[in-house]
Amino acid sequence: MKVAVVGAGPAGVRAVEQLVRAGLRPLWLDEAPDGGGRIYQRPPAGFRRGAAALYGLEAKRAQALHAALDAAKPAAEWRPDTLVWDVTWAEKRLHLLHQGRAEAVEVDAAILCTGAMDRVVPLPGWTRPGVTTLGGAQIALKAQGCAIGPKVVFLGSGPLLWLVAYQYMKAGANVAAVLDTTGFRRKLGALAGAPHDPVTLAKGLYYVARLRAAGVRVAEGVTPLAIEGEQPDAISALRWRDAAGREHSTACDAVGLGWGVRPELQLADLAGVPIGFDTVQHNWVPQRDALGRTPVPGLYVAGDGAGIGGAVVAEMAGACAAQAVLDDAGLPADQKLVNRLQRRLRRQARFRAALERAFPFPISLAATMPDETILCRCEAVTAGELRAAAAPEGPHGAAPEVNRAKAFTRIGMGRCQGRVCGAAAAEVLAAQLGTDAAGIGRLRGQAPVKPLPMPAWQGESA
Amino acid sequence: MSDSADVIIIGGGGAGCSAALYLAWRGARVILLERGLVGSQASGANYGGVRQQGRHAAELPLARRAHGIWRRLPELIGTDCEFAETGHLKLARNEAEAAELYAYLDTARAHGLPLEMLEGAALRERYPWLGADAVAASFAPQDGSANPRLLSPALARAARQAGATILEQTAVTACRREAGHFVVEAGGIRYSADRLLNTAGFWGGQVAAWFGETVPIRHHTPNMLVTEPVRYFIRPNLGVVGGNVYLRQIPRGNIIIGGGYGSGDPAVPMSRPDPVVTLRAMQRAAALVPQLADVSVIRSWSGIDGIMPDRLPVVGPSATTPGLLHAFGFSGHGFQLGPAVGAVLCELALDGRTETALDGLSIQRFARA
Ligand SMILES: Cc1cc2nc3c(=O)[nH]c(=O)nc-3n(C[C@H](O)[C@H](O)[C@H](O)COP(=O)(O)OP(=O)(O)OC[C@H]3O[C@@H](n4cnc5c(N)ncnc54)[C@H](O)[C@@H]3O)c2cc1C
Repeated sequence: MKVAVVGAGPAGVRAVEQLVRAGLRPLWLDEAPDGGGRIYQRPPAGFRRGAAALYGLEAKRAQALHAALDAAKPAAEWRPDTLVWDVTWAEKRLHLLHQGRAEAVEVDAAILCTGAMDRVVPLPGWTRPGVTTLGGAQIALKAQGCAIGPKVVFLGSGPLLWLVAYQYMKAGANVAAVLDTTGFRRKLGALAGAPHDPVTLAKGLYYVARLRAAGVRVAEGVTPLAIEGEQPDAISALRWRDAAGREHSTACDAVGLGWGVRPELQLADLAGVPIGFDTVQHNWVPQRDALGRTPVPGLYVAGDGAGIGGAVVAEMAGACAAQAVLDDAGLPADQKLVNRLQRRLRRQARFRAALERAFPFPISLAATMPDETILCRCEAVTAGELRAAAAPEGPHGAAPEVNRAKAFTRIGMGRCQGRVCGAAAAEVLAAQLGTDAAGIGRLRGQAPVKPLPMPAWQGESA
Repeated sequence: MSDSADVIIIGGGGAGCSAALYLAWRGARVILLERGLVGSQASGANYGGVRQQGRHAAELPLARRAHGIWRRLPELIGTDCEFAETGHLKLARNEAEAAELYAYLDTARAHGLPLEMLEGAALRERYPWLGADAVAASFAPQDGSANPRLLSPALARAARQAGATILEQTAVTACRREAGHFVVEAGGIRYSADRLLNTAGFWGGQVAAWFGETVPIRHHTPNMLVTEPVRYFIRPNLGVVGGNVYLRQIPRGNIIIGGGYGSGDPAVPMSRPDPVVTLRAMQRAAALVPQLADVSVIRSWSGIDGIMPDRLPVVGPSATTPGLLHAFGFSGHGFQLGPAVGAVLCELALDGRTETALDGLSIQRFARA
């Protein structure tokens, strides 16, 4: 039986580990040159910073995952640097791209461990060079050992905001400010009394305390106004309003921003897995059972790609999905392991809900962005153009849902296919149509998952 | 509850929406019933080619009439739907194909369609970016392309403004003729009218069957892709004899490429491109225009049209049921025709006749002998 595991982050590593334990030799694909996923991304060969410097409080987990990764590679058909750009599940076929060449493989089952991507809320000036997502800023540091700029402002909300700012500070970068759009009260209210993960919470408080102690400017409940620059291709300041309504301008030459993450679910979508809106995480997520089985036979999802849970949850979910594959194939499954992991996953789900309440997606910030903000940066579509598409006065009438708005404005039609701006665009459109993000529907996934270079066809005929 | 009108239209693609518009302009009471959103099937998903050259002689009168309407879209409906008369360049890649291009010149001339033949050095001089495969070409200056996502919604909006009732998310589940009227059931409501237009695209075969007219229609799912934007250098819409690849560039830079077929299930309805076909189209496009060798494809899709065995649509009165008019099965090239189809259906519905020749398009051709 040939099982493909797509992704070698925490979920993928633990899925492969279980499959190998059961005597299978899975086909293991990751578009990155090595495994570890985004959170434990490894620096390229020859870089010499140690795990403690790279991963901080996560060093132990990172090292354990890397050990499992390296141990599993020879036992699997390990194919890094390989993008799965389409799935045709009627033939159980994955379409791959490796070093610019296309190739198709047939499998019996697949576990999609495709991870997550930052959610951003565009603001005027965010298309200037020097603006990066929080995840991107972190990868620059972890994988390349460099900062996104000499003087950085971090903006957004969620645990990653504080973690990345802390990591930058520790690495010796100049952190000009950490601006959290969520108010302190909201966070406290959501976390107090609710079940939460004491370790995660303690870490978060530790990061905040360390940043404050180092004299980094920290503000909560802020409203970002614009990223400004004297030159068109550079940043000189971030303008923002504090919780009391006073305006500030913080000098900087780079901005890292992000408001939590959303599942990378295009492959599940292309394979025909039903996708629903999860109101707790405010994200579209693939339909699945507790072990990661989707309604599409032979197709499983685990980790953040199956719904945001974080790295710890992803490791457990990956192992569970592998056990589900074994069980469904009539192979012996480790029921004891599954039971134990399921108990822990249920507890984690409650923590997660509290976390999501503490750091909600800033719906109104997105919905009220100024008309002139470039919302879709691939196609240079402004928020005003999207709003106009929802108005009946336009020459094509009103777009009642998101795919029609895409058809009219080209929003989400560019290189990223709405993966970057989609969450914020949904709020702009929903507000205009008097509904919510679930009500306007979801941008349809379309192959290729990432841009497919023309010469790729040479792989096919080879 | 029931609702009555002079004319009921089933299907809001280019054909149905333009019919609604022309009928409303003439003051007829019109109800258009559309299962999804207007233009959500073939009319909204197609390649966007607005091409007359190469069409079968039976279709050319409609195509010529459509060309006149395309040109006047801004004054008629307030938007050009990105229609641009860039010309269409049809390439021959060997002598036999070139002979086919020459053979078509008489047909074109008979219908007043201007064409210009280009060969060898002249072809290369005008289009230096063409690959080595092209040996000859016929250039149709009055052809071009438009944005398919805009046409049906824009026609529907203008029709509404002119007084038509356009009901979306309203699937017709049954219809029949009863005591001289058509009774159409959709979304739990019975609509009635004296005239019925079948502009249901692929599903027009189903509608015809409700009136005892079975036709050999199949579904047809061309495979489409689009590249990232690059410098604008390909002005004409490009095709080849045989049609296994076609491409056009829009001024913002993206190149839209067609060729081969995806798959689909009209019962859902759903369609999807085929990744292997996508790669083959990329190969053929790069052979046609070598400069495309280093651009990236960012999206692919397909759509469902109805195709008839002779690749000609069914346009004209029903052979079984008075008052029923068909216009469906456009066989992969009905986007260009859409605006004229509505004009013709309007004349047939209200005047019982039209100036536009429809010979060879009647449903009668499929009646069993
Ligand atoms: C991928 C692709 C590329 C193409 N490229 C070109 C091109 O470059 N140039 C060109 O000229 N042509 C092209 N075509 C063909 C062209 O798109 C079609 O021929 C044309 O759009 C057909 O228009 P229509 O109105 O007949 O059908 P459609 O646009 O399919 O409209 C039919 C409508 O009827 C509705 N309907 C069906 N059944 C029911 C029911 N029971 N109740 C209510 N509503 C119903 C459907 O929802 C649909 O909206 C292409 C087609 C495809 C699929």
